[in-house]
Amino acid sequence: MSNNSANSSLVIAQKMVKQLRLEASVRRIKVSQAATDLKTFCLQNAHKDPLLIGVPSSENPFRPPKSCALF
Amino acid sequence: MGEMEQLRKEAESLKDQISAARKAVHDVTLPEIVSGTAVVGRVQLKTRKTLRGHLAKIYAMHWGTDSKLCVSASQDGKLIVWDSYTTNKVHAIPLKSSWVMTCAYAPSGNMVACGGLDNMCSIYNLKGKDGNVKVMRELAAHTGYLSCCRFLNDSEIITSSGDCTCALWDIETGTQKTIFSGHMGDCMSLAVSHDFNMFISGACDYTAKLWDIREGACRQTFGGHESDINAIGFFPNGNAVLTGSDDGTCKMYDLRADQELITYQDPSIMCGVTSLAPSLSGRLILAGYDDFNCNIWDSLKAERVGVLAGHDNRVSCIGVTPDGMAACTGSWDSFLKIWN
Repeated sequence: MSNNSANSSLVIAQKMVKQLRLEASVRRIKVSQAATDLKTFCLQNAHKDPLLIGVPSSENPFRPPKSCALF
Repeated sequence: MGEMEQLRKEAESLKDQISAARKAVHDVTLPEIVSGTAVVGRVQLKTRKTLRGHLAKIYAMHWGTDSKLCVSASQDGKLIVWDSYTTNKVHAIPLKSSWVMTCAYAPSGNMVACGGLDNMCSIYNLKGKDGNVKVMRELAAHTGYLSCCRFLNDSEIITSSGDCTCALWDIETGTQKTIFSGHMGDCMSLAVSHDFNMFISGACDYTAKLWDIREGACRQTFGGHESDINAIGFFPNGNAVLTGSDDGTCKMYDLRADQELITYQDPSIMCGVTSLAPSLSGRLILAGYDDFNCNIWDSLKAERVGVLAGHDNRVSCIGVTPDGMAACTGSWDSFLKIWN
């Protein structure tokens, strides 16, 4: 193995260790808090989620309101 | 002990440390937290519009911020900007290279971008003086295909590539301001956070990474998938990441707990996930699959609550409008459908 490729493997390994150190130092919150916040967000915003609660035809921009003409 | 061996040992030890730290905060599971919450009722969305015009497979689509205009890219060599309310084509842009894999709409509505096997990201100005849409910049530097691109603003765009890197570009100068390296496989997809400070990428090394745009650094890496991650998106509250993979599952990872919270899977699903998008509240996750369908998942209960059936070929892309009013699916059958 040439000196060059040995050096570059070393550099790559050093970078990997440096990155792992960074990721290991992340501050983590408890899953109970994270999951509760997700649940709360979903439930609190449910009433304004059109795909979830449905869209009345009159307010649906993709559905022109049907008009009934009587002659 | 050689330095290489020392580094290898330190890497293993750090990986164990991360595993242990994640376990230490894993005091409960998401299913336990939502055990008292009812599954959402069956979701039945109908096709409201079909956008016809492409002559070959559609590979990507992206909504504009007005929730009305959207752009789609097809291997017929065209980018089409549609008015989804009327189904009219606002622009039909011929591309130099028909091997397009991604497209994006700038938040301002002034530009669109696309790229693919030409390894470049081409930026088009929609608001040119004479009304013609022209190529504004060709961002070339990636040594692999362009899998995804997203504008931060009219002067900056982020790209992901088959060369295993992502990049932040200065559109004006056409140069890469930052290169985000770390993935060990083709980068397939990216999504930008609402505050434009971070982005996430999914790759063929089966991991998703969270990047700090200004620092140019990877902050967190999420594993668990057993195959390529093709689709990625932020959960609407910005604190979680959704991924879709060739292993047939979608996963939700929480950024603050630094771990996977849940997997969306069903033994009857034996094909890969190509695309995904959450609804406005995040309660629904729409995911497109290789088997021509789109499944709608209850994100909290991890149960399938609906299906979008209507395409005659693979669903390659999905997008929910910023106002949450509708979902758009794009398919290899050359059509886009708008659902709500």
